[in-house]
Amino acid sequence: MATHHPEFESDVQPRDQGASSPFAPHTGAEVAAMLDAVGAESVDDLFDIPESVTFDGEFDVDAKTEFEVVSEIEDLLGQNADAVEFLGRGHYSHYVPSVVDYLSLRSEFLTSYTQYQPETSQGFLQALFEFQSMLVDLTGLDVANCSMYDAATALGEAATLAARVRETNGETVLVPDVLREGKRSVLENYADGAGLTVESYPTVDGNADLDGLADAADEDVVMVYAESPTSRGTIEEGLSAIADLAHDHEATFCLGSDPVALALLEEPASVGADVVVGDASVLGLPASHGMGLGLFAVKDDYLRQVPGRLVGTSEDAEGRRAYTLTLQTREQHIRKERATSNICTNQAWVALRTAIHVASLGATGLADLANDCVDLASEAAARLDSVAGVTAPVHDRHHFREFVARTDEPAAEVVDGLAERGYLVHEVGDHEIQVCVTDMNRGELDGLVAALREVVA
Amino acid sequence: MNYRQARWERETDDGETVAEPLLSEKGTETVTHEASSLPDDLTRDELTLPELSEPEVAGHYTRLSQMTYSIEHGPYPLGSCTMKYNPKFTEDVAAIDDGAIHPDRPDEFAQGTLELLYGLQAFLADVGGMDEVTLQPPAGAAGEFTGLQVAKAYHRANGEHEQRREVVVPASAHGTNFATAALAGYDVVEFPAGEDGRVNVEALEDAVGDATAALMLTNPNTIGLFERDIEEIADLVHDAGGLLYYDGANLNALLGRARPGDMGFDIMHYNVHKTFASPHGGGGPGAGPIGVVDDLAAFLPDPHVRETDDGEYELYEPENSFGKVHGFHGNWLVLLKTYAYISRLGDSGLKDTSAMAVLNANYLASQLDLEIPYGPFHHEFVASAGDTDAAEFAKGMLDEGVHPPTTKWPAIVDEALMTEPTEALSKDQLDLLADAFAAAGQKSDEELAAAPETTAAARIDQTSAARNPRLSWRDLEVADD
Repeated sequence: MATHHPEFESDVQPRDQGASSPFAPHTGAEVAAMLDAVGAESVDDLFDIPESVTFDGEFDVDAKTEFEVVSEIEDLLGQNADAVEFLGRGHYSHYVPSVVDYLSLRSEFLTSYTQYQPETSQGFLQALFEFQSMLVDLTGLDVANCSMYDAATALGEAATLAARVRETNGETVLVPDVLREGKRSVLENYADGAGLTVESYPTVDGNADLDGLADAADEDVVMVYAESPTSRGTIEEGLSAIADLAHDHEATFCLGSDPVALALLEEPASVGADVVVGDASVLGLPASHGMGLGLFAVKDDYLRQVPGRLVGTSEDAEGRRAYTLTLQTREQHIRKERATSNICTNQAWVALRTAIHVASLGATGLADLANDCVDLASEAAARLDSVAGVTAPVHDRHHFREFVARTDEPAAEVVDGLAERGYLVHEVGDHEIQVCVTDMNRGELDGLVAALREVVA
Repeated sequence: MNYRQARWERETDDGETVAEPLLSEKGTETVTHEASSLPDDLTRDELTLPELSEPEVAGHYTRLSQMTYSIEHGPYPLGSCTMKYNPKFTEDVAAIDDGAIHPDRPDEFAQGTLELLYGLQAFLADVGGMDEVTLQPPAGAAGEFTGLQVAKAYHRANGEHEQRREVVVPASAHGTNFATAALAGYDVVEFPAGEDGRVNVEALEDAVGDATAALMLTNPNTIGLFERDIEEIADLVHDAGGLLYYDGANLNALLGRARPGDMGFDIMHYNVHKTFASPHGGGGPGAGPIGVVDDLAAFLPDPHVRETDDGEYELYEPENSFGKVHGFHGNWLVLLKTYAYISRLGDSGLKDTSAMAVLNANYLASQLDLEIPYGPFHHEFVASAGDTDAAEFAKGMLDEGVHPPTTKWPAIVDEALMTEPTEALSKDQLDLLADAFAAAGQKSDEELAAAPETTAAARIDQTSAARNPRLSWRDLEVADD
């Protein structure tokens, strides 16, 4: 084997020795033998690129040792200022047990790809089947796929599905007026291609205003979307009524949630949800700058319209249970422009991590975590409410993980003051901040409250 | 090669033979929420899920891993997928605690992350010969969608959107190109390849016109050939008022040797999980940044990273941004690994990557006794299994301890075996792979029908899986009742 020491100066040019990439194994002798076999004088001769479009410049990136790269990136990321995050609004972190890292980082899982050859990919297929099964248990719906990119793209896919399954044409997707802007923007881009427009219905104290929703809904509505918990942390109380309203207009009812909330809150199937979307990476991933895992579950009627990969069971030639990707005629590599979606590469490895996290929590651990999300939000709101000049929660609702607080001082000043003291919260109105508490930052709550007292004093 | 994948066999309580029981077959618990502080009408009645100890969970997933073939087991030459070695240290980089931040942090609290993203934007722009790059798209197909949204926004700004309703795609293009065009609301116009396997410029002339929003092209194309007429193609599309989109799936062939921007492409995506070695994770996550020329930069997704006059980094919304394609900033962990890989290789390593990838494909092809109708190819080639069904041929290869190539696609080659060894295979591994091709080629139809015999599962009945979908353990329980 070649040895690679690009960090040492050498009299011999690397190309003469073989590959200069540390991840290409070729020795000089091997390169020569391979060129002989091909009948080429040099590797350059193998390229059939017209001279007019040949690039002979440099990128001016010096090769580095592994240690140098790791050090450089540690230094770079070290420039992220230290702060305690009480941030949520769609990206949440819970403690991820070590077992998730150690198992998911096994190279068999990490370095395989889509299971086009199921006979040699049974393990990953079973893990994805189990992921789908967990989401079926959590949503009560019949079918879950094995991942979309994130909550926002899953919502976009839901809208195009809703347009396809409706017997008559419609034009509108209704979403709550408090929906996170970025999520709405993604939805609008998916909707645009399907000829749909996105419109808002009003909310009261974070939750759907049912009368306002009834006024907004007409025969043009193809999908009504609601979230629980909402983007303001409230638990939606009118899910069944929203579902009825949607169904009265032959519209799909799509519910946004996440696997922790689903473990405790009303089961989507029981309130009439047709589709459930959301971010499943609240389990399995630490804070990842917004990287997520789109969950996508539907009732049986919509099975043939599901986007993305599905794993099912079958039997092998020896009569044993076996797993395989199935119903692939929905997908882009078979159906091309008539596919249910363009998705190919998805978030399978994150789905694996989420499944391992759920498996290691179990039903009991997951339910405990979900109850903590209710109790911590309520406890934290009470603590903030004890600060003069702060009212929390603003909404007279039950909360999950996060809540909105009113500040007598302008919210921008409060947020800046807290940031100067190393605490990050969201500014969501002129006099409103939003605070998210989980198992990861609960220990810092005393500090947040003390800092808030200073800031608003 | 003598090969056996790990295989367990046991019976479930219902008498079914399985390799590894499902988590749900090992133990479940049903919990209720009477003790919850929420009122009853806001909670579910009960929840049933697996309930296992950590040793059981660890054992379960370890066994599953051993029934999963991966890059580190041996050759994994799926054409167009670029299954190359994934350097270990990038996982350590991804685990650096300072990088684990919330996406809504104010810019001043995320300077390190923003500087890294800015550096990656700039590097990718350089590699592609593009002017600006967004890192937001979370996969290649998402990059295609982003690119077409940019094209759409551009045509809208010029008042030509209503007129330009078509996206032109070669017949041999990746399925995602067609599906993406449809998702973005375009009509797809397909045109056939020429006899030499490249774009037939005359056929393209017929397909391109006033209604063309964009032409989507891969170069080298899906049979590994460089589109030698690319400049003429670019002129043709531009003269018609359309934009030229580069599908970056095959960029590994050109790294440091040719740049889409120099060929006349206006928009391109990078499959960084292919070209820059972030692991494929059993199907993802990847990342699909797109690059654009100056004229299109104002339409890129919100937010974008830029350097301020003070040398700080900030997020901003490009002037005519079409909005977002991901809820936040895309697949951060994948982008981070990409940055690490590029920093490690540098110019010399990157140029060497394309060199060794192309050498490997050519060497492997020279060792095969199969017809390869089109060339000269670069990082991948499409061989024909001849009279044998390519999918059956692939099953025969599984028993030789390798992963087979992509099969039955593209359709331009009969019984296609689309093969991309990548630069990461040694000559020894290539020889093993060639032996596996030869062994499969010598098997009779009956022997192929009986294959594979060495994998965790024998041949799987696909028809039954689709005809009677069982997609969760709940479906299996229902089937038992």
